[in-house]
Amino acid sequence: MSAMVENSAVAGTPPRPAFRMPWLRLAPWLYTLGLFALWELGVRLSGISHTILPAPTVVFGAIVQYWSPIWKNSLQTLYTTTLGFGIAVVAGLALGLFVGWSRSIYAGLYPLMVGFNAIPKVALVPILVIWFGIGTVPAVLTAFLISFFPIVVNVATGLATIEPETEDVLRALGAKKLDIMLKVGIPRSMPYFFGSLKVAITLAFVGSVVSETVASNNGLGNMMASAQSQFNVPLVFAGLLMLAIEGIAMYALMAWVEKRMTGWAHRSTMSQ
Amino acid sequence: MALVEIERVDMRYGGAGGTLAVSGLDMKVERGAFAAVVGPSGCGKSTLMKLVTGLHIPQAGNVSVAGRQVTEPVSIVGMAFQNPTMLPWRTTLDNILLPLEIVEKHRHRLRKHKKDYVAKAEALLETVGLKGFGDKYPWQLSGGMQQRANLCRALIHEPELLMLDEPFGALDAFTREELWCVIRDLHAASDVTIILVTHDLREAVFLADQIFVMSARPGRILAEHHVPFARPRELSVMYEPAFNEMVQGLRSEIAEARVAA
Ligand SMILES: Nc1ncnc2c1ncn2[C@@H]1O[C@H](COP(=O)(O)OP(=O)(O)OP(=O)(O)O)[C@@H](O)[C@H]1O
Ligand SMILES: [Mg+2]
Repeated sequence: MSAMVENSAVAGTPPRPAFRMPWLRLAPWLYTLGLFALWELGVRLSGISHTILPAPTVVFGAIVQYWSPIWKNSLQTLYTTTLGFGIAVVAGLALGLFVGWSRSIYAGLYPLMVGFNAIPKVALVPILVIWFGIGTVPAVLTAFLISFFPIVVNVATGLATIEPETEDVLRALGAKKLDIMLKVGIPRSMPYFFGSLKVAITLAFVGSVVSETVASNNGLGNMMASAQSQFNVPLVFAGLLMLAIEGIAMYALMAWVEKRMTGWAHRSTMSQ
Repeated sequence: MALVEIERVDMRYGGAGGTLAVSGLDMKVERGAFAAVVGPSGCGKSTLMKLVTGLHIPQAGNVSVAGRQVTEPVSIVGMAFQNPTMLPWRTTLDNILLPLEIVEKHRHRLRKHKKDYVAKAEALLETVGLKGFGDKYPWQLSGGMQQRANLCRALIHEPELLMLDEPFGALDAFTREELWCVIRDLHAASDVTIILVTHDLREAVFLADQIFVMSARPGRILAEHHVPFARPRELSVMYEPAFNEMVQGLRSEIAEARVAA
């Protein structure tokens, strides 16, 4: 009986493809697990003290143990970072459009911006503290200052590198500079803009944490700094882990936004 | 008075020491005429087109369209560029509607009469054999399809003067002949003036009334020929001996111009 059922199934419908593991989708998780496993193994076998390099299990233990402050400080860091990043997006987009508007503005401002960007932003934190005191404001501003440069440069470059042929199409119809910017410049610079967001959000975390570390009573940077002064190394690593998680989540969000907004620029993947 | 007049025009790219693209260029095209420009590659044909459109302003000489000296782009002109320049973030239909968003006459009416304009764009797409491709993106079209869409975009705002820079370059022989007929009928049905740049001498003789032969760079007009075949012309005119004689004549003129360079 069962043989008959099996036979008819084979004859009737094409054989169902065997279940295949989606290795590509799982790969990031598997590699992360692998890393943690290696780390754990390395620490256990070498017998390194937890006050130098805590094993992942110890770090997770610390996360559980200190969950309340970790959660509070993670939210604070996420808040300062996204706020600084948000300002950077708005200001960067505006300045980028301004710089990319004409070739002479681009030529004049570009070296200035490169010079500004070369200043390590951590060196600005003391100045920000003088102006605004310690706490949230300098963290937001540092995140903003460090992350807005790549946005400006990318938007400006997108505008400044419009192909002359494309510009000609519009100019031939009597288009003014504003028309060209609206119809070609801005849409064309959008992939550059959204691409730069991934870089910018990562930098924004650097900025806010640096500022929190030296000039705040809040946030993961401050939490790690005080944990370090108490030799609570597992808590330092717990902070690092939280930063990594927030960083990955925001990066993934930006990558998703990029893909959504500028699908046309990923033509090969879309046409499938 | 001729619609397009070019008198002793010199055009040099990139400042005083740059490439002299055309020199001593003279030509006249009457309203309603169909002119073709042929010549060796790099002789300045695209430059000529851009001079008439007002994209380039010559260093010497005078270009005038409809009795007015060209000092900036002229909106009664529609141009199909040599390379299809569709904007990749717009669908084909939106690309074709683009001129309407720019040209003064239409931009204020576009929102209210969107339906009519879309219908018109779709009719154009149909005439060039792209029916139903309006919602595709340019990169979903083949090279030849993009060229045809390019042609639609040049036509949408009903220009008085249509400039076509090798618009059929990437097309197969059959589609090309089909589009020749489309252009021929368009010219017959309206009083549009057309200037066509082409490498295909049969195309020039089949479509145009007037053929200008250009010298090698720096380009100038070597000869102007009148095409004697009566309109309306059928594709079969291409098998007539007189047609082939004319094509041969043009070919040897261009060959000489190339050697002379
Ligand atoms: N933007 C530019 N800058 C500098 N030189 C140019 C530019 N455009 C064209 N030229 C030069 O001007 C000359 C004429 O160019 P043009 O594009 O008008 O030739 P063409 O006759 O259209 O050639 P083809 O038949 O190959 O399209 C060429 O020698 C080219 O090198
Ligand atoms: Mg050319």
